[in-house]
Amino acid sequence: MVVTGAREIKDGELVFVGMRLPLLAFQLAKAIHAPNAQGVFENGILRDRPAGKALFTIGDAPCIEGAVWTTTMMDIMALLQRGRVDVGFIGGAEVDRFGNLNTSYIGGRERVQVRLPGSGGGSDIASMARRLVIVMTHERRRFVERVTYLTSPGYGDGRGWRERMGIRGGGPSAVITTLGVLRFDAKTGEMFLQSVHPGVTPQEVKEATGWPLRVSEDLQETLPPNPEELEIIRRYDPSGFWTG
Amino acid sequence: MEKVIAMNEAIECFVHDGDLVALGMALEPLIPFSAGHEIIRQKKRGLTLIGPISDILFDQMVGAGCVAKLVMAWAGNVMMGVGYNLRRAVEKGIPRRIEIEDLTNFSICLALNAGAMGIPFFPTKTLIGTDMCRYSERIREMVCPYTGERLALVPALVPNVAIVHAQRADATGNTHLWGSTGVVKEACLAARRVIVSVEEIVDREVIVSDPNRTLIPGFLVDAIVHEPWGAHPSPVQGYYDRDHDHFVRYHEESRTEKGFTKWLDRWILRPRNRTEYVNLVGHERFQRLQVERSHQAFPVEYGY
Repeated sequence: MVVTGAREIKDGELVFVGMRLPLLAFQLAKAIHAPNAQGVFENGILRDRPAGKALFTIGDAPCIEGAVWTTTMMDIMALLQRGRVDVGFIGGAEVDRFGNLNTSYIGGRERVQVRLPGSGGGSDIASMARRLVIVMTHERRRFVERVTYLTSPGYGDGRGWRERMGIRGGGPSAVITTLGVLRFDAKTGEMFLQSVHPGVTPQEVKEATGWPLRVSEDLQETLPPNPEELEIIRRYDPSGFWTG
Repeated sequence: MEKVIAMNEAIECFVHDGDLVALGMALEPLIPFSAGHEIIRQKKRGLTLIGPISDILFDQMVGAGCVAKLVMAWAGNVMMGVGYNLRRAVEKGIPRRIEIEDLTNFSICLALNAGAMGIPFFPTKTLIGTDMCRYSERIREMVCPYTGERLALVPALVPNVAIVHAQRADATGNTHLWGSTGVVKEACLAARRVIVSVEEIVDREVIVSDPNRTLIPGFLVDAIVHEPWGAHPSPVQGYYDRDHDHFVRYHEESRTEKGFTKWLDRWILRPRNRTEYVNLVGHERFQRLQVERSHQAFPVEYGY
């Protein structure tokens, strides 16, 4: 997932870096193909080089040391609202066929089954980044027909919804999962399977998805990580805490 | 005027039952754990806690029964995921039911900024189309009178008290804070009262030698507390890094209500102040968290 996520970052882009796997994806992209990408972190950091040590949160001391800019959250969020952030990464507990995410309440606001931590900056990123990449574990309970609570907007009930609502950012461009990579239909805004990771069949992905998932006619196999990529991931996650 | 007092006095004088309290405004670093723990020891009740991402401090205060309401973007354990006390409170009403106003990081920024600027609300392009907007009685929408576009309106937040931890301050409250600063400045400008705990109290000369480093001018500050290690287990740039193990252990031990009660007793209720807490954690651990490899800024010239 980290390697596939890293490939979504283009050289020279301004990347809104979230916690966990996206953090590693950013470090990897910088090292391999996007040396001029810069990362903004919501607590108020801009970095043009990876941190010198493995990070467990974006507020760890090594994330601040050697930064280009340390500032307020307002400045970072203003960049996002102004349309200056090219791509943002977020995860979620539930995602639906139009890429809407729930990170707040499983079961909905009125019949709470599980209280999750909430939006954080996730909803801000989903609303306002020019492109959004979603990173998630692929399970049937997580890939649902319709989210029970909409924390972070994808394409709502289909293409055109974001425009009607007046939401500025471009919306989700990819969902990277433990099984494959999914993208969104240009006309309908519905998620479809674009590639499967080596050893995964499209049938397995369909079974792990809670709606009749469409498969691209041009289905591909995800390029596996090469030794160089693996070495870099080990460097930034030496204990295997994030990538086990 | 000198404002240096002990943490227990600061909490006694400036935090009252039912207050709106802004805490953890720098997100993951500089979380005022020492102040939060003193609030728990003094059994403050009915608080509304305001904070974008509070890491485990909000979870502890919810579990200790201090909280009536959270105004938050994210609450849990940043490194490990969910906060079990938050879950128990929302799902089962243990130890008591709490109300939650779900916002996003940006909308909390804007709410405090509106408070800081003395205006009733801030318009924004975030929140539109979300269920946070749908279920909130306070978030409204409007059509922009200039461009015709749809805007969400975030009403101002004016905390009764903002509590922050910083690197250093002088005795009158002029505070140097460096690294990422989150919403600290906005919260202190918006709040009616401000408590600052610091790693070091320094002479005024140190503060005015680098005024760009001053995030909070002393006239806004009601109490300065000299509280070394006051943010542990969260990090303070230039003093100590994050104590990751502590967050992992909290995650494991707060999983059950009984486990949390034990945690609360051991780490919060028994140590009567921060000095006793520091002894309990142990100097060896603190030594490991201290700066290993110095990286000092180049001095800047302010002369004329």
